[in-house]
Amino acid sequence: MIEVRELTKYYGERPAIRNLSFDIQAGEIVGFLGLNGAGKSTTLKILGCVLLPSSGQVRVDGLEVTSQPHEVRGKIGFLPDTAPLYNEMTVGGYLAFAARLRGVASRDTPARVRESEEKLGLSEVHDDLIGTLSYGFRQRVGVAQALVHRPHLLILDEPAAGLDPVQIVEMRGLIRGLRGDHTVLISSHFLSEISQTCDRLLVIQAGEIVAQGTEDELAASLGAPGEIEVAVRAPAPKALDVVRQVSSVLDVRIAHATNQEIVLKVRAREERRPEIARALILTGHELLRLDRSTSRLESVFIELAHRKPEGPS
Amino acid sequence: MNAALLIARRELGTHLRTMSGYVIAAAVLLVEGILFNAFALGTQQDKHSAEVLSDFFYFSSGMTMTAAIFLSMRLLAEERQTGTLVLLTSSPVRDRDIILGKFISAFLFLALMILATAFMPALIMVNGKLSFGQVAAGYLGLLLLGSSALAIGTLGSALVRSQLLAVILSAAMLVAMIIVWLLAGVSERPLNDVFMALALWGRHFPPFQAGVINLRDVAYYILVTYFALFLATRVLEARRWQ
Repeated sequence: MIEVRELTKYYGERPAIRNLSFDIQAGEIVGFLGLNGAGKSTTLKILGCVLLPSSGQVRVDGLEVTSQPHEVRGKIGFLPDTAPLYNEMTVGGYLAFAARLRGVASRDTPARVRESEEKLGLSEVHDDLIGTLSYGFRQRVGVAQALVHRPHLLILDEPAAGLDPVQIVEMRGLIRGLRGDHTVLISSHFLSEISQTCDRLLVIQAGEIVAQGTEDELAASLGAPGEIEVAVRAPAPKALDVVRQVSSVLDVRIAHATNQEIVLKVRAREERRPEIARALILTGHELLRLDRSTSRLESVFIELAHRKPEGPS
Repeated sequence: MNAALLIARRELGTHLRTMSGYVIAAAVLLVEGILFNAFALGTQQDKHSAEVLSDFFYFSSGMTMTAAIFLSMRLLAEERQTGTLVLLTSSPVRDRDIILGKFISAFLFLALMILATAFMPALIMVNGKLSFGQVAAGYLGLLLLGSSALAIGTLGSALVRSQLLAVILSAAMLVAMIIVWLLAGVSERPLNDVFMALALWGRHFPPFQAGVINLRDVAYYILVTYFALFLATRVLEARRWQ
């Protein structure tokens, strides 16, 4: 779907990105992760055919972005870091305009607008002026304009930035709902935010890719054992021993205990969540919660974000 | 629908839905009305209707250029400032269609504003006799002059991010093109002929004012419009390389 080779972009004398190379397969949801100024937005703007690269090749569906930008733009939906919204237009009018710009026939436009509004939960504000909407709704309209023409590739630059926790959860659900219909590339500077939504992560630092893979692969590449958080109904005096006996588990400790639940922190060499769950249930424990530890995700990201790019610079 | 017309329709809707267009139109019509009453109609000496009409087009040409600069300031500068230009530049729309669409919308609004002044020539009919040929030629001249000024304003708006800077830059380019005839007085042939031919107002507008349509003047305004829009398109294209 996307092939990027040796992509470089200079702003004046300063390189924003250098020799980026990666592939994205059709149907994947890929997270593009990096700190502010790492080069995420520049890369996404090039993929979105808004900017042209200084050198390198980018192919979308076999089409070259520098020589066939017009054709590439018809295949993508792009949400930049600031949603491009006209405050004086209604949501329905704006989405119809976006659809027509992307080549949707006028007879199909009302159905496409309805479809994207339903996907993003915007039906109730169809006739509202965009300028009167809350920030969360405005972000949704931004996503809706990117997918109103059913693009093959959806590029979302920090779609959850500025949203409150409830809106972030909603946005995560919306993006998960796009799986299957679109190839999606999302940028963020929160690993915990996109690791739950994406199949794979690309980590960019100072304009270069420093790591790529699933969250577990990234953790493994750093030699960081996975930390898992397990909550069981109290009392559970044997839970610690049961988990300790699961193979590959390195260390188990009680993080905190109340009258209702006991929370264990487990470190394992590799993915052992199913085995831990099975062991606890088979020994009669009531399993309340089992997930990767969020603090571990952030430490993995911080480690990656400060990693020096490999190879000659 | 062609992308340029699609953009033009949305932009025209914005001109008609927001206050800024009406404020510019109201201010221009107010000033033009005052000038018309004070200088065209209100002088003590007797004037022929044709002279009054010529004075009216004289004032209107200045106000039309002023309105064009203010109408065009937001066309691209505002979109870049607010980040909405990305919607157009990431869509399968050619840069020339973006420029053309924006120009068409502003031109239609300017044309509506120019036509709204038609009551002033009509007032001449109360005490005089109106030459409809002179009226038609004068309005054609205003539309052509307005089109050139708008295109220069569009170029100014493409060059900078701030609307205020866009007005200053566009006004500077416009004034330079108006006063270029001054250079004709201090240069020799054939250079002075070139300077005279380039002058946006002094050489090409007075014939329209007097009711005369020269193909040369029509072609000049169309060429200025085309050239300025062509440059604005190139500026937009160049921004993708920045």
